[in-house]
Amino acid sequence: MTKPILEAKGIVKELGQGAGMVRALKGVDITLNPGELTLLMGPSGSGKTTLLSIMGCILTPTEGHLAILGQSTAGMDAEELARLRRRHIGFVFQSYNLFPTLTALENVRLGLDVQGVHGSAATERARAALTSVGLAHRLRNYPRNLSGGEQQRVAVARAIAGSPALLLADEPTAALDAENGQAVMALLSELARDESRAILAVTHDNRTLPFADRIVHIEDGRIVGEERKTPDSRRPPAEAPRSKKKKA
Amino acid sequence: MVLTLAFRNLFHDRIRLVVTLVGILFSIVLVAVQLGLYLGARKMIIGMIDNANAELWVTAFGAKSFEEAGSLDGRQRHIALSVPGVASVEPLVASFNEWRKPDGGATLSVVVGTDMPVGGLAPWNMIEGEPADMFRPNAVIAERTYLENLGIKGVGDTAEIGAQRVKVVGLTEGIRSFTTAPYVFMPLARARAIMGMTENQTTFYLVKLQPGAEAPIVQRALQARLSGVEVLTTTEFRDRSLAHWLFSTGAGVALIGGALLGTLVGTVIVAQTLYSSTKDHLNEFATLRALGSSSGYIHRVILLQAALSAGFGYALGMTIALIIIEASKNSALPIIMTPGLAAGLLALTIFMCAISALAAIMKVTRIDPAMVFAR
Repeated sequence: MTKPILEAKGIVKELGQGAGMVRALKGVDITLNPGELTLLMGPSGSGKTTLLSIMGCILTPTEGHLAILGQSTAGMDAEELARLRRRHIGFVFQSYNLFPTLTALENVRLGLDVQGVHGSAATERARAALTSVGLAHRLRNYPRNLSGGEQQRVAVARAIAGSPALLLADEPTAALDAENGQAVMALLSELARDESRAILAVTHDNRTLPFADRIVHIEDGRIVGEERKTPDSRRPPAEAPRSKKKKA
Repeated sequence: MVLTLAFRNLFHDRIRLVVTLVGILFSIVLVAVQLGLYLGARKMIIGMIDNANAELWVTAFGAKSFEEAGSLDGRQRHIALSVPGVASVEPLVASFNEWRKPDGGATLSVVVGTDMPVGGLAPWNMIEGEPADMFRPNAVIAERTYLENLGIKGVGDTAEIGAQRVKVVGLTEGIRSFTTAPYVFMPLARARAIMGMTENQTTFYLVKLQPGAEAPIVQRALQARLSGVEVLTTTEFRDRSLAHWLFSTGAGVALIGGALLGTLVGTVIVAQTLYSSTKDHLNEFATLRALGSSSGYIHRVILLQAALSAGFGYALGMTIALIIIEASKNSALPIIMTPGLAAGLLALTIFMCAISALAAIMKVTRIDPAMVFAR
């Protein structure tokens, strides 16, 4: 059995203090395995983003245990968590979060620079990442000159340029039209075929379902269900695969 | 990429950049001019003291400056010469006196009477004539930049000091006077005659030490032997003159106060623009943090932004300051720029921008990378 990329057990997260304290996560167990694209779905306020932030080592859980590639995050300070993120985790954000003053190539290079990859090595890797998302012809363009879909692909290139083991995407299709949303999901689905990488995307968008290997449902801070598809059933949207659903 | 990001952040908003650079530029020019004026004033006040070839100055008790000192009698010289360690004791006369212009009118001048022995004071920076020319009958040496004040055109012109007719036989360049009363060099005897002094009276005795003699020891010995006088080292006399002209009159306080104000205004403007630039880019810094950057990486971006602002602001500010300095060359109070002041201004600019960056760094230190999911 392959070792999981991420293991979270009994994750509890309390936000706020005193009378205003909210228990956003109430004991979540989740495992992300390599070669899988997992969708995390749930209504607004269900705790999706909080769970994503904890899995991305941006927030720390109030209770519970989180391990990335077998390395426990317990007791890590902010700088140690940042180090873990830059080594193993890539992010794709709903609003792309590209740097408007940098070109597509520079945006990807910046992500690599943060990881300690500099100079021509960074340029080559950034160019290869942008080429892999179909933007070889847009290297010198600034975000303002790119469509929403292209910007999100630059964000994906930035996330994968450092070859992270874990790719976390927050509503990656929410700001995109149907065509661009499908293209980005197809790209994430393709990236998930890499057996050394796990991808999790938080989404509301039902059009993303056909690309998933696994769909995890969260409600009121708890995992309430999970659908897992057979490895060969992952197909383009026109040939949406069958799924089997089980209660968590 | 840190430099690229800092550069682009800075140049992305041109209006803010202009405001930042104007703030630094204003500050640099103000500080450069104020400190340049201070240095200019300082040079004028201590020029005579620094150019006199003496280690110790014997002055009347309570002498305030080179121009304002009482007179000494000739006995002091013989006593001073008997003190161990003293090589020579030379008289020097200096006092305000009225210069009557050839075409009418008068102005105040400072008569400097010297026989230019070893250990004395000779006119320097001569552009016409020789110091020894002043020993010709009625001869004096004047400063070129004050020719108009003195009502003359140059060498060969005549005027009167007190009741004595004098003829200009040489010109100096750059021996300026803080009081704006031009220095006029002449032999001791002529100066004494103009001032109504006896042939033994003087304003100062300039003491030159024997090789190996220690100034503080000789100073104490002279002070013990001479009564009713003060014996000052060159540094002490220089400090006293500066204290009198710059601080007793308030002129120095105004100059230094202006420099401090310039620094304060510059710092506030740079801090405000850098802070607001950081606030505008907060989401980008949060993204960097989410991508795993260390806080040091983000601090480097902010510090580099500050350093770039400092560099551009300094270059522009110094250019304008140098133009102003050049324009002040022939004014009553020339502004001086020295390599030390230029280096000091660069250090001040960097300090100002670094202090300004602190507010931005404190803001970014409290950044929550989770805000990248909140949009």
